[in-house]
Amino acid sequence: MTVRIVGPMSWIVYPALTVIAVQLLLATPVQLFGLSLPEPVLPLVLAFAWPLVRPSMLAPAVLFGLGLFLYLLWGGIPGVWAMGLVVVYGVVLASRTLLAGQETSILFVWYSGCVLLAFSLTYLIFSISAGNAPSILALLGQLIPTLLLFPIANWMIERFDDGDTRFR
Amino acid sequence: MAFRDGPFENIKVPLAWTAAVVVVVALVASLLLILGDHRDARDAGRAQASYSPVRAGFDSVLGPVSGVFAAPVRWAGALSDGVKDYFFAVSENRRLKQQLVELQPWRDQAIALKNVNARYEAMLGLRTEPPVAMVTGRSISDARGPFVNARLIDVGSAKGVRIGNPVINEHGLVGRVIGSTGGFSRVLLVTDVASRVPVLIDRTDARAMLTGDGSGNPRLEFVRGVGAVQAGDRVLSSGDGGGFPRGVPIGVAAKGIDGSWRVKLFSDRGAIDYVRVMLFQDFGQLVSPEALNAPPLAGLATAPAPNAAQTAAISDASARRDATAAATAERVRIANAAPPPVPAPAPTPAPAAAQPGAPE
Repeated sequence: MTVRIVGPMSWIVYPALTVIAVQLLLATPVQLFGLSLPEPVLPLVLAFAWPLVRPSMLAPAVLFGLGLFLYLLWGGIPGVWAMGLVVVYGVVLASRTLLAGQETSILFVWYSGCVLLAFSLTYLIFSISAGNAPSILALLGQLIPTLLLFPIANWMIERFDDGDTRFR
Repeated sequence: MAFRDGPFENIKVPLAWTAAVVVVVALVASLLLILGDHRDARDAGRAQASYSPVRAGFDSVLGPVSGVFAAPVRWAGALSDGVKDYFFAVSENRRLKQQLVELQPWRDQAIALKNVNARYEAMLGLRTEPPVAMVTGRSISDARGPFVNARLIDVGSAKGVRIGNPVINEHGLVGRVIGSTGGFSRVLLVTDVASRVPVLIDRTDARAMLTGDGSGNPRLEFVRGVGAVQAGDRVLSSGDGGGFPRGVPIGVAAKGIDGSWRVKLFSDRGAIDYVRVMLFQDFGQLVSPEALNAPPLAGLATAPAPNAAQTAAISDASARRDATAAATAERVRIANAAPPPVPAPAPTPAPAAAQPGAPE
């Protein structure tokens, strides 16, 4: 019987490339039936799921790169999204032992807290930099679609958690 | 001796610790990037410098790549537009006919006013603003979040687009260019938190500042005058500061749910797909700050000494100026010394009795 090894390509590189592709797709300036496409912060899903899959040196580095990608794609202040993503990764990494084996509802609460943390940090930095606080309604317009992505994070955790038998 | 065979052979660092080290390094790098941001660059040179080669290169790559990714979404958008047009063609046709009837008198009035206005300008010798050249581009990708409202368009410095150029669509002001490469430009929308546009209220000519906050309706701040704004007032660019030409339509004023004055943007009336970049030169860019800040007559200190001919000409001009001034002073002195003119006696009215037919 062969042992299937789930390497970093499967749970880090391919998801990161998928996130880049989908983020590019969602940046298309079209309106479908009068509505613009949603613009969630997709890498936050990875920042939450990756430390729960397993700790890795590659994951925070890739998250840093994804944060820079968001800056280059959207504009704004360099390093803000990178910081938000890495902070979420660090928080979940620190609470990894608490979250291991918890129910999905608990994970969702923690995911919501992490997303709020990243958005609060970004909100604070942009408010200080621009001398002008962004609209809360506009903030909800990006926050809620990001929260709705939790099933993807949950699926990734279930799919890749302990997928590598060397970590059992 | 290999590392494994050394005294560290049995040391095993937990993966979580090594990951934490990378997290700390990434956090420090992020912080440095944030602190090194130059978005507040005020002059064009620093703004261009802040538009780094990395960013410019990314935009150059993003343009074609985004076009490929966006193709299916654009087809879906075209399909939805087709469906909408099919089902709403009759009501749209009625609305357009009604609009046409309403607009025809306005067109005639506009032609007449344009004619009168041109004559007034010619009579008064007004120096009107020259027409602004424009280039048309297509929006490739956009950021619509609360923190950044920007678009990438497919015209760049190769077509004369420069940082600071205003961008409009067929309805009104969209934003301004904040970065430009050969074939692509990045446009900061008026809804962005970093956007500030000096505006005027068309009805009262009151000035205000249009401040974006990431929502679809930017705020009107620093409104001058009491009762200067009413709901439905048209808002135009004021041209103050030289960043935008005067009179570009922006939107209509409306009260927000938070009680502040906001602007419903004209540019939101349709999809911002094709835009026009106004190749408008901010007059602040036309002169160098050093030249403006130079002390008055600073050039005299560095000018060469006049030669003999120039000295003679200067002396001659000076002597003639002195002679003219002396003659004028003499005329004034004589005029002051002369006795004041005697006023002519006022004509006395004839006695009423002498007038024929006067009542007794």
